[in-house]
Amino acid sequence: MAVSTRTDLHLARRRTTNFVMLGFCVLASIVALVMLGLVLYFLASQGLKHISPRLFTRLPNNIDIKQGGIAHSIFGTLTLLGIASLISLPLGILGGIYQVEARGRFAFAVRFLTDVLNGIPSIVIGIFVYAAYVYPLSQRNPGSGFSGYAGGLALGIMMIPLVMRTTEEILRLVPFSLREASLGLGATRWRTMWSIVLPVARGGVITGIMLALARVAGETAPLLFTILGNEYFPTKQANVLGAKVTVPAMNTAIDALPLRIFNYAVGPNLEQHDIAWAAALILIAMILIFSIAARYATRGGVLEEH
Amino acid sequence: MTDRPLQGSVRPKPQKVVAEAAAATEPQPGPARPAVRRVGDTVYGGLTFAASLSIFAIILWIAWKLTEQSLPTIRAYGFRFVTGTEWDEVKGVFGVWPFIFGTLYSSFIALVLAVPISLGAAIFLSELAPRWIRTPVTFLIELLAAIPSVIYGLWGIFILLPFLREKVMQPILNSPLPNLPGVSGMFQGYGVGPSMLAAGVILAIMIIPFITAVSRDILRAIPRAQREASYGMGATQWETIQRVVVPYAKSGIIGAVILGLGRAFGETMAVTMVIGNQTPSNPFALFEPGYTMSSALANKFTEASPGLHTAALIEVGLVLFVVAILVNIVARVLVFYTAKDIQGGR
Amino acid sequence: MSLTDTDEVAVAPPEVRASGNGANPETPPDSKIRADKVDFFYGSFQALKNINLDIPERRVTALIGPSGCGKSTFLRTINRMNELIDGTRLTGKITLDGQDLYDRRVDVVNLRKRVGMVFQKPNPFPMSIFDNIAYGPRIHGTKNRKALNEIVERTLHQAALWDEVKDQLKKSAFALSGGQQQRLCIARVLAVQPEVVLMDEPASALDPNSTFRIEQLIDELKTEYTIVIVTHNMQQAARISDFTGFFLRGEMKEFGATDKMFTNPDQKETEDYIRGRFG
Repeated sequence: MAVSTRTDLHLARRRTTNFVMLGFCVLASIVALVMLGLVLYFLASQGLKHISPRLFTRLPNNIDIKQGGIAHSIFGTLTLLGIASLISLPLGILGGIYQVEARGRFAFAVRFLTDVLNGIPSIVIGIFVYAAYVYPLSQRNPGSGFSGYAGGLALGIMMIPLVMRTTEEILRLVPFSLREASLGLGATRWRTMWSIVLPVARGGVITGIMLALARVAGETAPLLFTILGNEYFPTKQANVLGAKVTVPAMNTAIDALPLRIFNYAVGPNLEQHDIAWAAALILIAMILIFSIAARYATRGGVLEEH
Repeated sequence: MTDRPLQGSVRPKPQKVVAEAAAATEPQPGPARPAVRRVGDTVYGGLTFAASLSIFAIILWIAWKLTEQSLPTIRAYGFRFVTGTEWDEVKGVFGVWPFIFGTLYSSFIALVLAVPISLGAAIFLSELAPRWIRTPVTFLIELLAAIPSVIYGLWGIFILLPFLREKVMQPILNSPLPNLPGVSGMFQGYGVGPSMLAAGVILAIMIIPFITAVSRDILRAIPRAQREASYGMGATQWETIQRVVVPYAKSGIIGAVILGLGRAFGETMAVTMVIGNQTPSNPFALFEPGYTMSSALANKFTEASPGLHTAALIEVGLVLFVVAILVNIVARVLVFYTAKDIQGGR
Repeated sequence: MSLTDTDEVAVAPPEVRASGNGANPETPPDSKIRADKVDFFYGSFQALKNINLDIPERRVTALIGPSGCGKSTFLRTINRMNELIDGTRLTGKITLDGQDLYDRRVDVVNLRKRVGMVFQKPNPFPMSIFDNIAYGPRIHGTKNRKALNEIVERTLHQAALWDEVKDQLKKSAFALSGGQQQRLCIARVLAVQPEVVLMDEPASALDPNSTFRIEQLIDELKTEYTIVIVTHNMQQAARISDFTGFFLRGEMKEFGATDKMFTNPDQKETEDYIRGRFG
């Protein structure tokens, strides 16, 4: 090899550039990790310091804040997720099936708009539900409108595109040969979907649902405009078989964990700040449970098939 | 998202359709219950079609309701609603430009901070990191992308704001930097904590995991053969990244950044909690409180009176909606074409 | 085509031409690459076991054997492409002109400049034809447009692609057919002026006609370059190579002149494989 000084210099410069730029990438990763690590660290340390069983069983206590809990907020979040699921799961799953079965421009447009709807900020969904549901009701009857229904509707609208997209992606993974095998036996399309494709993909679909729940469980912005928040369990008297019974009410103001965290965090009271940290930890735990359930569902679904 | 959930083959259970065993995939008008069959598939097709229509319906419904409810201000102000620089509930004057500017400014700060860090981290994760680092770090980043905005806000109030006040704002305000010509507007104010800078930083922290994760996925999708061809000719690692890998992924990465920008535009809780929610004396002031569209909404909404005021807030929502749709369409189209390119290059 | 090739030899550096033409099949050629007790591991799996061989200079050496026998792995150890995979390990010694490739002082960038590689599937970059070929010279420091033009034209001639693409150098390389893309990839490697060209089943993804063009090309290139080619195709190995190594289950069972290997191999396994009894 002919070796001249010029090529040596050139090579040295290339090596230096390489070293500097790769070094920058490593440094960027470290910066990102440190920042994100700080978020997790304070969340865990502050949350663990203030968490207590009473938070799960008691209502807020405005005289002695330290004795209060956030049971109604946890209840509210679970309720909202339930209503959101009732709205979004049928639409999301059926729509996802459509996107797998159909081809052509319309299916492409649906897929594209699903992504677009996914990208609409949650606060816009909140204002929309306010404009379409809460505001008209409250105009007719002051004090009404803010409710579990409104909050559930907002979260449900956010879940539809999430569920639709994951359902579609999962169903697409089912080998086409499987579908052909069934269709080739003379099975109809819906029977093929119902008896062959969906059972195979069941774990994956459940995973998608769990991840969608994890995503909306922490949403706060849409709730600002739809549920108002309160400090007790929303209930009403109902007549069940002649007896007066107290049952949960969905058509009145309701609380939720993320909303409680927000209200406590921006307030001036130090003891409420402590509860906010603990509530944040509870919320994260809830989201983690959904995420872990998502992984477990995938595994279980496939194993059961064998 | 899921690790090959469908691995292993699942045999179809034998169907009791012996008579039609030879039938083609198209439904054939045969003797055995043809009508019932057609009805089943019609219902099936109709139901799934209707469900997918819900996406159109929701988007149109949102557009319609937001427009309808903001008609009072649309009639009263027209386009001046967007360009007006004064928002005063008491006087009943509604101009939304300061909020729009605040959204743009905070998102810009966030991008300036987040893009280099995210791209560096994405390159590190896809090109440099050994597996034992890659796997846990990727998991951590996914975890952070799942943390709700309100929790970032909580962290922002109690950890970030004191840090910025003590370690960034006060030292800078005490340095000669604010007196330099040209930048004085950026460094005016008292630097007590809640500020445009804090909003930009918290937004950056929130979109870093997102941009990193999406860019990393795009970089990973680039065929290995492309890298090998470059290394095989004696390119250094950085030359391969700079001249082959990144150009290949360029439009996808731009799409990822725009999607991150879309998130920053619409982000509400964390920003509301750290931005201070006051009209700044100088729109460029980093250390003074400010507003974004979404923080103004979240903040002013509770005391909104019916009529023009509520309509004005709903119209802010409409503006956000339109911006979000535009940003998303641009980003999706870019990501879509990258995906096509990558397939073409295999 | 022969015309352009004659032109090509005329513009090649004189010392290359002299030694290239002077390569006499009667005298045993010099060893260019030597492997000495090479073991190679993917994690705990041993992919190569005690490989010893000499690859002669300015000859075509074919490596054959059934899938998974380690021939491609061995090829990749020659320019250290194996290092791109996590968890691999090599022991023993591979030398290029007597210099240990795995010595800590060896710069892998320099090594790969000297030992170029052509891959199984054509892998052009998503750039124009011109930029694909100019990529290597550019990273190695050639910025002069005129020099780049010369390199592009010369290497496209060498790769027998010039006549087909000379009017469309600005077009995307993806617009070319598979066979043309592979010749472009060969031209791209030649543009960095390597001494050795490694080819990993370069024709396996191509149609018979393109395969024929590639084989012709290899035959022409061996006057200037040391070529090591991995192939699945026995006839191909017999047609184009001067020496053949037979790999089986990570070991090199036999190495020798191609004529002898294909007519009268020493080992029974070699004979069985060549006769198509397994693999």
